[in-house]
Amino acid sequence: MIAALGIRLGDPAAYVFLAFAAMTCGSALIVAASRNIVYSAYALLLTFFGVAGLYAFLDADFIAAAQLLVYVGGILVLILFGVMLTHKIRDINLSNETTNPIIGAAIAGFIFLALAYVSIYTKWDVVERTASPTTGEIGKAFVGKYLLPFEASSVLLLGALIGAAYLARREKEKP
Amino acid sequence: MGRGNRPVVKGDKAIRFWDIAVVIGVFAVVMQIVPLLVWAERRISALIQDRVGPNRVGPFGLFQPLADAIKLLFKEDVIPDGADRFLFVLAPALAFFPAAMTATVIPFGAPMLIGGEMLQLQVCRGNVGMMLFMALTGLSVYGIAFGGWASNNKYAMLGSLRASAQVLSYEIAMGIALVSVFMTSQSVDLNTIVADQTGTWMGFVPKWNVLKQPLAFVIFFIAAFAETNRLPFDLAECEAELVGGYHTEYSSMKFSLFFLAEYAAMFSSCCMITTLFLGGWSFPGMPAGETGKLFSLLTVAVFFTKVAVLLFFFIVVRWTLPRFRFDQLMHLGWKTLIPLGLANIAATGVAAQL
Amino acid sequence: MPVANLEWFLLIGAFLFATGVFTILTRKNAVSVLMGVELVLNSANINLVAFSRFVRSPATLGPTSIEFPLQGEAAHHVYGAAWIGGNVFAAFVIILAAAEAAVALAIILGIYRNLGDVDVDEVTAMKG
Repeated sequence: MIAALGIRLGDPAAYVFLAFAAMTCGSALIVAASRNIVYSAYALLLTFFGVAGLYAFLDADFIAAAQLLVYVGGILVLILFGVMLTHKIRDINLSNETTNPIIGAAIAGFIFLALAYVSIYTKWDVVERTASPTTGEIGKAFVGKYLLPFEASSVLLLGALIGAAYLARREKEKP
Repeated sequence: MGRGNRPVVKGDKAIRFWDIAVVIGVFAVVMQIVPLLVWAERRISALIQDRVGPNRVGPFGLFQPLADAIKLLFKEDVIPDGADRFLFVLAPALAFFPAAMTATVIPFGAPMLIGGEMLQLQVCRGNVGMMLFMALTGLSVYGIAFGGWASNNKYAMLGSLRASAQVLSYEIAMGIALVSVFMTSQSVDLNTIVADQTGTWMGFVPKWNVLKQPLAFVIFFIAAFAETNRLPFDLAECEAELVGGYHTEYSSMKFSLFFLAEYAAMFSSCCMITTLFLGGWSFPGMPAGETGKLFSLLTVAVFFTKVAVLLFFFIVVRWTLPRFRFDQLMHLGWKTLIPLGLANIAATGVAAQL
Repeated sequence: MPVANLEWFLLIGAFLFATGVFTILTRKNAVSVLMGVELVLNSANINLVAFSRFVRSPATLGPTSIEFPLQGEAAHHVYGAAWIGGNVFAAFVIILAAAEAAVALAIILGIYRNLGDVDVDEVTAMKG
């Protein structure tokens, strides 16, 4: 019975995993449903944390740290900036309306069921592999097999930097 | 992180008694250093301003922080009208947690041989420690940002926006300074970086990264001041302009948590600077491959001596330099430190190829 | 092996994807829509890393547009192991997400400056 669940409940780490999974899913629900956009942003922080924990359970140490560094330390701060700069300071009732929740929920539910069906009923070609540090391997892959995409993404980042700076710049008064 | 990254040691079990002892030890050190730092800050500032400073409670006033804590605990805990109660209460904890966590990645001393097993004096082992440090310093924004927003106060809000922009900008400079250190040491593992700094030139000059990478050291040092919101970069609280910045509305223990977070962050930053640039727990003339308990404790003492010197410097700078203007701060970060850091990376790469 | 099976991670990923889609579909606030996009990207990342960890990887580097001088085991030592591919793709997704968030927020700030609101329904004109 327990083996059928696909989780080793004898290992204490399993409960930590379940806690991370619950945190991820629960906070994602708050992101989707909260009436207050700052609460959504806070819940998103927990989601990112939970996902980083899941990466750690997948022995992806580098990706877990990068998730914390980029998503939590960078992207979410930008989102918070977006929230704070697009609302008046004394505007307590931050607009975060939900339109057509029933249709949205129907579509999202259908997508979830379809994905869940595929996940459970597909015979995955699972292979036993002992965990090993990923940082060095990812480094080698970046300058080896994936050199071209790596360089392309650096150009993309530069473009995004310049583009974002240009867009966000206050336009000069026209003469 | 993952169990696969733990260094392979004899009889490595998932959880061992001494590993837990290290975790508790590091936590205790962080918690004990903070009140000591508050005391040191007050004494040194008094010295600089030609005052006496707190000297009544205990020898040299050492128990003053205890008295302060009791005073703060008994103060009325005000939650302002119109504040977002949940986030208002959460924010101080969010500020303190990453500051206390950052110390986990630091190797505090040489590995110790206990009962036939090597004990690393480091909580979070493996080679992502450095990234974890960067991530956790980035996290300190949230306590400030949510605290400022939840206070429903204009000054607090402005302070929190300033702090977020500042931490975000200087994290880039910090990361760029780190890359050149990684290039010199050819590793991202903090233990390897420390091992790389052992040994001497000409018998007495230690091979510390501060001598190999002086520019990276300066950039990292300045960025560390900005990340910890210390003067000359304390634009987030900036009494003269913003009343008290993001913690204007906070009182009692919640205020003191913000206060403690600043000192804990300062301590972790100094530990990181020591590890990266000042040779960590190593000292010149150190015997190689020594694993005795006494030797290990000696390296811990060496480590904390270096950290104490840095902390002294942090405090002296706070009480000597005036505050930057916000645009000057941003210019320094984006137009000076980041280009210098990039140039340093390029120079390091060229030097490595020569 | 990790404490839970592949299906657990896939189900969590599917759940995040569904909530992300729900957020994108139903929110009017542009910043909220951006949060939904981030949820979707995260769910994709969970899947990539999970497959990288669990599923058998091809023995060789496989067909690419670049000719690699080495093949097989030797190639893995030089160019990186084949199973790391999922991790590398997750890293790329994180890079792209950072770029996307920066540009999206710049656009949102531009909209706010021009319209005084960040309601995505209000943005109907192409001219500024």
